[in-house]
Amino acid sequence: MLNATTAEHTERKALRINPAKTCQPIGALYAALGIHKCLPHSHGSQGCCAYHRSQLTRHFKEPVMATTSSFTEGASVFGGLSNMTQALTNIFGIYQPDVVAVHTTCLSEVIGDDIPMMFKKFREDGKLPEGAQLIHANTPSFKGSHVTGFANMTAAMARYLSERSGEVRDQLNLIPGYLDPADMREVKRLATEIGARFVMFPDTSDVLDTPQVGRFEMYPKGGATVAQIRSAGDSFATLGLGFWASEAAAKELESKCEVPYEMGELPIGLGATDAFVDAIRRLAAKSVPANIERERGQLIDLMSDMSQYLHRKRVAVFGDPDHVIPLVRFLVELDMRPAYVVTGTPGKAFEENVRQLLGPAGADAKVKAYEDLFSLHQWMKAEPVDLLIGNTYGKYIARAEGNLPFVRFGFPILDRVAHRYFPTVGYRGAMRLIAAMTDALLDQKDRECPEEFFELVQ
Amino acid sequence: MINVLEQRRAQIHRKGESTAPLVCDRKSVAGSVTQRACAFCGSRVVLYPIADALHVVHGPIGCAAYNWDIRGALSSGPQLHRNSFSTDLQELEVIYGGEKKLKQSLGELIDHYRPKAAFVYSTCIVGVIGDDVEAVCRQVSREKGIDVIPVASEGFRGTKKTGYQAACEAAYKLVGTGDTSSIGPCGINILGDFNIAGESWLIRRYFEEAGIEVVATITGDGRVDDLRRCHGAKLNLVQCSGSMTHLAKLLERDHAIPMRRVSFFGIEDTAAALYEAAKFFDDPGVLERTQVLVNREVGRVYPELKRYRAILEGKKAALYVGGAFKAFSLVKALKLLGMKTVLAGTQTGSPEDYALLREICDDGTVIVDDSNPVELAKFILELDPDLFIGGVKERPIAYKLGVGFCDHNHERKIPLAGFEGMLHFAREVHASVMSPVWQFVPRRAARAVGQPTRTPPTPVNHPAHAPGDGGRPASIDGALHVNSED
Repeated sequence: MLNATTAEHTERKALRINPAKTCQPIGALYAALGIHKCLPHSHGSQGCCAYHRSQLTRHFKEPVMATTSSFTEGASVFGGLSNMTQALTNIFGIYQPDVVAVHTTCLSEVIGDDIPMMFKKFREDGKLPEGAQLIHANTPSFKGSHVTGFANMTAAMARYLSERSGEVRDQLNLIPGYLDPADMREVKRLATEIGARFVMFPDTSDVLDTPQVGRFEMYPKGGATVAQIRSAGDSFATLGLGFWASEAAAKELESKCEVPYEMGELPIGLGATDAFVDAIRRLAAKSVPANIERERGQLIDLMSDMSQYLHRKRVAVFGDPDHVIPLVRFLVELDMRPAYVVTGTPGKAFEENVRQLLGPAGADAKVKAYEDLFSLHQWMKAEPVDLLIGNTYGKYIARAEGNLPFVRFGFPILDRVAHRYFPTVGYRGAMRLIAAMTDALLDQKDRECPEEFFELVQ
Repeated sequence: MINVLEQRRAQIHRKGESTAPLVCDRKSVAGSVTQRACAFCGSRVVLYPIADALHVVHGPIGCAAYNWDIRGALSSGPQLHRNSFSTDLQELEVIYGGEKKLKQSLGELIDHYRPKAAFVYSTCIVGVIGDDVEAVCRQVSREKGIDVIPVASEGFRGTKKTGYQAACEAAYKLVGTGDTSSIGPCGINILGDFNIAGESWLIRRYFEEAGIEVVATITGDGRVDDLRRCHGAKLNLVQCSGSMTHLAKLLERDHAIPMRRVSFFGIEDTAAALYEAAKFFDDPGVLERTQVLVNREVGRVYPELKRYRAILEGKKAALYVGGAFKAFSLVKALKLLGMKTVLAGTQTGSPEDYALLREICDDGTVIVDDSNPVELAKFILELDPDLFIGGVKERPIAYKLGVGFCDHNHERKIPLAGFEGMLHFAREVHASVMSPVWQFVPRRAARAVGQPTRTPPTPVNHPAHAPGDGGRPASIDGALHVNSED
């Protein structure tokens, strides 16, 4: 399928071949699932919603609930007010959520639908059930990426729901970023082990990693409750993880409720997890428990045990900025050599950030934001790497390059299951990443090396 | 009966309780968790398998990203169709128009990949900002010397059905432009098979053995040149009637090629389809070879099917699929396995479809148009099927409820068409329905022994089987020597 890719880099001005991103609404829909009893609603054509639900289902292997305004030609000419009113009426009538989280699509953005005005009318007409909440985020598909959509919806949670009562609570706000449920669970575990009191939103653990109980739960038990998000306005501080996905919400809490914030990287790898643990410890005024010290020690032990297989390996990495930046940091900690670092999401800060992490040793590396997998593949053809790390779509390149060792990491992962239950954040997550990388490299050696070099012990 | 959205009540029937026609062909109710998609999705799935064409999505990145290689529509040659090409429209283009970017993208792509033709899909936003996609296509076509065909697939135009029509119109632009002189007297086209898991290859082999020339499979394992000359065929067999009837009608109108609706799912329907074609041609040799083939193939798969039937007899199935014709075949195929269809639903059936569906289903079968997860889950609880047949969005719902599942949509990995396909289908149904995993699911464990659902399951010495199973253990392959290897 990729046999037409040439090593010679073709200059392209316009088009996108094999993207390393997707559009805002899917991120907004995913974030909204991190509110308890929330029904995400897509204000646009029904295809958008079907696509997002299918794609998220492929990634999580879970039912994904969302509704749509089912735009038709009429709505795209006369505006989507009547669709929205009918939709909200039906949603509250039959699905009875606590919250409806509306995100726009390119269509409703371009025709200029005013969502707050629609909400106002719905409320004034007395149609909003008591205690129910409406929130919205503008998520035009022609700006940013799925990460931007996630950030916008997370910010909307703070904007609509968080309130300042005037009394500061002994709790920290955690904004975890665009993480899988297993990773969100691990972030909570670490914070809990340190002894911090916190509220975290969005939180998709126990929403998209539910156990088999023989029932279909429209609203699983997980997700941050409205009361929790409301109380975030009274927290003493906010810790946001991942600048692209979480800073907008942290800022919103600061401007609306005067909650000061700090930002950190997603806790992926040693250094980034150290920074996370330290921030929690410092903000919550606790000390790091022995349990976590032990995990850290185990990680360093594993890093030294496996360093002979990893060091100096050339790696190509692609994914979302918040994931890729700490991952590059970790690869550098492992003495690996990130040669190509790509994200599909726009943002010059990404390139500067990664360059800084690579330092002078990585001066030759190609680092690009707003790039696609076709370019990445061309670079890899011109000068190969030992390992590829990225989402499922990397498998085409891995195969085209002679079954190059490939570690699946990021969103989406459509063809493997580990991400559903085993975190990649925290010290334990870092251990899993080392295991995945060494497995991939050693499996290749076992598969391809001459008989005399085939070794029992590694 | 099950609680449903009031506006949807007329779209659900239970056979034997009402004779009024089922209401369908309706737009989905805004605010329902519909399983339906949009016109763009419809166009994309129909044209996607044309493997040597360039498929460019003109719009923001999402539309291209979500259908990037998600359908196993196999190609025996070029794999160009599996890439994702998009103009990735940005805010500036939304304001100032995307025509320039589209033209540039097409130029770059055509220079690089040298495709046989190009399809350009319009998305919602293109329809709203008013890009003249047709003009751009005409211009690039002239400059590059290949057909560049616009597809009017703006999502808001309607459901997948609307998109199917747009796709047929687009594909039809190629028809009639190729040389048909080498086509023999017994040439057919197969429309509406998308070569999922290699099904078109299976079907093509049957016809070739019978001495019938398959001019074009449209669009499974499709090629631009096949489309160009498909008007040289004498007969069109239309499988996925929802998607391809329009193209068949165009061929009938302009080239006087008659069409027959057929299905290649299940033994009965596959045999009927082969005979339909054989009888059309006044050639005793063709008919005789078809008879030999059908007898041989049926003889080959029947003994094993009977063994599965002995195990599956009396089990209940629910199905919710895209088009109605597939639903008919599935009801029949399930009957052959001794299974009873308790729920039959489609996303896009027509009134005639539902009338026919009602005819072939047993009394009590729930028939539903454009359903949603909440309804489906409620149906499952009420009707208690052993198997659910659906697509990607239905699978996790079935599994959460502890019900076996068979993907009969584009994510299926093994061919389910033809005689061989029926055997694959039986194996898959058997494996899923009889999976030992269901004994660990609380609801099913309780059902097996009539206990309240709260009792935790005891997996050891506690096989989950429905009453009337004859007390067979859940895993029976070994005991009955059912050959489930491929």
